[in-house]
Amino acid sequence: MTTKHEAYYVPAQSAWPIVGAIGLFLIAWGAGTFVSQLETGGGVGGYVLLAGICVILFMLIGWFRNVIDESMQGLYSAQMDRSFRQGMSWFIVSEIMFFVAFFGALLYARQFSVPWLGGASNNAMTHEILWPTFEAFWPLIKTPGGTETEAMGWQGLPLMNTILLVISSVTLHFAHTSLEKGKRGPLKFWLAITIALGLAFLVGQVYEYKFAYQDMGLRLDSGIYGNTFFLLTGFHGMHVTLGAVFLIVLLMRVLKGHFTPEHQFAFQAGSWYWHFVDVVWLCLFVFVYIL
Amino acid sequence: MNTTTQDTDATLDPVSHDDHHHDGPPKGIMRWILTTNHKDIGTLYLWFSFIMFLIGGAMALVIRAELFQPGLQLVDPNFFNQMTTVHGLIMVFGAVMPAFTGLANWMIPLMIGAPDMALPRMNNWSFWILPFAFFILLSSLFMEGGGPNFGWTFYAPLSTTYGPDSTALFVFSVHIMGISSIMGAINVIVTIVNMRAPGMTWMKLPLFVWTWLITAFLLIMVMPVLAGVVTMVLTDKYFATSFFDAAGGGDPVMFQHIFWFFGHPEVYIMILPSFGIVSSIVPAFSRKKLFGYSSMVYATASIAILSFLVWAHHMFTTGMPLAGELFFMYCTMLIAVPTGVKIFNWVATMWRGALTFETPMLFSLAFIILFTIGGFSGLMLAITPADFQYHDTYFVVAHFHYVLVSGAVFSIMAAAYYWLPKWTGHMYNDTLSKWHFWCSLISVNVLFFPMHFVGLAGMPRRIPDYALQFADINQIVSIGGFAFGLSQLLFLAVVIKCIRGGEAAEAKPWEGAEGLEWEVPSPAPYHTFSTPPEVK
Repeated sequence: MTTKHEAYYVPAQSAWPIVGAIGLFLIAWGAGTFVSQLETGGGVGGYVLLAGICVILFMLIGWFRNVIDESMQGLYSAQMDRSFRQGMSWFIVSEIMFFVAFFGALLYARQFSVPWLGGASNNAMTHEILWPTFEAFWPLIKTPGGTETEAMGWQGLPLMNTILLVISSVTLHFAHTSLEKGKRGPLKFWLAITIALGLAFLVGQVYEYKFAYQDMGLRLDSGIYGNTFFLLTGFHGMHVTLGAVFLIVLLMRVLKGHFTPEHQFAFQAGSWYWHFVDVVWLCLFVFVYIL
Repeated sequence: MNTTTQDTDATLDPVSHDDHHHDGPPKGIMRWILTTNHKDIGTLYLWFSFIMFLIGGAMALVIRAELFQPGLQLVDPNFFNQMTTVHGLIMVFGAVMPAFTGLANWMIPLMIGAPDMALPRMNNWSFWILPFAFFILLSSLFMEGGGPNFGWTFYAPLSTTYGPDSTALFVFSVHIMGISSIMGAINVIVTIVNMRAPGMTWMKLPLFVWTWLITAFLLIMVMPVLAGVVTMVLTDKYFATSFFDAAGGGDPVMFQHIFWFFGHPEVYIMILPSFGIVSSIVPAFSRKKLFGYSSMVYATASIAILSFLVWAHHMFTTGMPLAGELFFMYCTMLIAVPTGVKIFNWVATMWRGALTFETPMLFSLAFIILFTIGGFSGLMLAITPADFQYHDTYFVVAHFHYVLVSGAVFSIMAAAYYWLPKWTGHMYNDTLSKWHFWCSLISVNVLFFPMHFVGLAGMPRRIPDYALQFADINQIVSIGGFAFGLSQLLFLAVVIKCIRGGEAAEAKPWEGAEGLEWEVPSPAPYHTFSTPPEVK
């Protein structure tokens, strides 16, 4: 029996990982010192953090350019392509679990800690001794400690943003099917529309945050409601930003003529990532805004 | 360019002639910094883990020196707390986990007939961020106010309201450790799923590969949750959020739920690869096939699934509805079933085998017996009403050191002795290795067994002082601790001697060993299986 195998491309040495390691070190050390000295202005930590971010960006650009060059030279076999796809899928699984931690905190606060503070279950004495005037309800607009805030409704801007993001998932799907059929014109069009919708979403988020802080008094430190609201939407916003950058790079590559129906791992990965970000938002919209 | 090669038979061509590869390793320090080679990266992980083992061990000796006599003797209580905390963090994230990742890097491609790990550059990155993470963690010990002092479990509010100023550095170093583990796990899964040689079907995989596949899955599922919980600690401490503060509607108990949702699968992350190692070594020195291969695979998977359903057994005394306590108690006891299957299978493998007792086998036998003791004390702790008595005592310390030191660490030693000939091309010094084994075996029991007694008598953990009646046993324990620590220097000596020379090792130095790794020469060439072997 004879079977044929393509050689698996094992790159020779690469300097990008160590550059990335140094970048990550500067980010962690800089952010750590910056945060721990926040009250006194942050010290040098902020500059170290910025330097680290620059090094990481330099690394990302260099590393991805390296990979794109290799891909365009045809060094990657079908097996390699599968490695990339599986790697990306598991990365997205790990991202989902990161959000699960915060959704878990939200669920725990709503189902357990807030009702218990209000005396639910067998916690009558907790309520009586700690904060007898506290009333449990959700959204928690008055904390046991007395911080007051307003609840963010789901109508208006959040609903608009949801619609924008759902449409962007659909347009990205159109872009992908255009790529698979080899139609370059519609591919560019739909991809550009997707990016525009993503950026519009981000602008909407900035307005929403501004409105929350200035007009509603809903802040990061407004008790568990504000905590979960800002950390969930904030981490989601960071992921949308990353996804949008990803899509912009893809658009630039499409304009340069990259990707074929057979060779399009990066496009696939970018679109998976975007759909993942979209699904996270739908969960957010339901659990943070509506319910 | 793609070179197409043909395999006509099982003849292996371990040396690559592909023009992407260098035939041998490049020279100098840059070889190690820039490398994409799974063997180099495996070696880096193993050395890193050993250095961390010695640093974390030195901290344990500070703890044992302080506890040699009742009363405050050598260090102040805050420094004592930093030692218990950083000892735990280093041993978990710096010693045991990187050692397993190093073994995975070295052995998985050799065992499944792959040319390298699936994503070699990411592999380098996941290693090289680790030393930086531990540099940050260790440097925080020298900051004003000291390093982390809240225990490796960093319970809120110890880490939030009462944490030292350097807590932010702890948080970010844990983030880097998590990133490293997740990337390492992705690499392992993709390598196993995608890079197996033709004919290497799922149920032919060596158990070390199977157990690592499941471990990697656990890592991907829970390390992000750890990242989430440290992030909440960071915002609670520095940005006035109240995830773990009842005044804002949060709950310190919520910390424990989220932490142990990570923490319990984490303890299986530190033992499943051990099961794989022992399942490789016991058949080799019993000269029999492993008894119950498929039940081993299913047992491993069951343990992994159950590990997600038992986290609150760490929290029986924290306060939970009765139904919760019962649920977590029974689920925890259920884990004894698949674990028992494994112990049974190892014993059955040895039954009527032609046993010889080389050092890897000795460590594996010690693993089976001592891990079982740790498992039994785990069952005692799983009984909710009994746990009210044992919680936070030295009984718990004895339990988890039996499973982690005489369990995980012994299996790593066994693995090192088993594969050292393949890595270095030399046999290790047999006499010295036996000394290492017997000294370790005796001292580990002198160190940890008496802890059960003081624990049952009520001595609390993580306290630098204790009541007078515990003095005798604590002195014995401390002597055992120093003896165990010094015994590990023998291991260092054996490894260095083995690297520098010794009797040349054959491709397969162990008569009964099986697997693809023994079909390449010893030492394994820099590139192996560039052309996949055909597995019959």
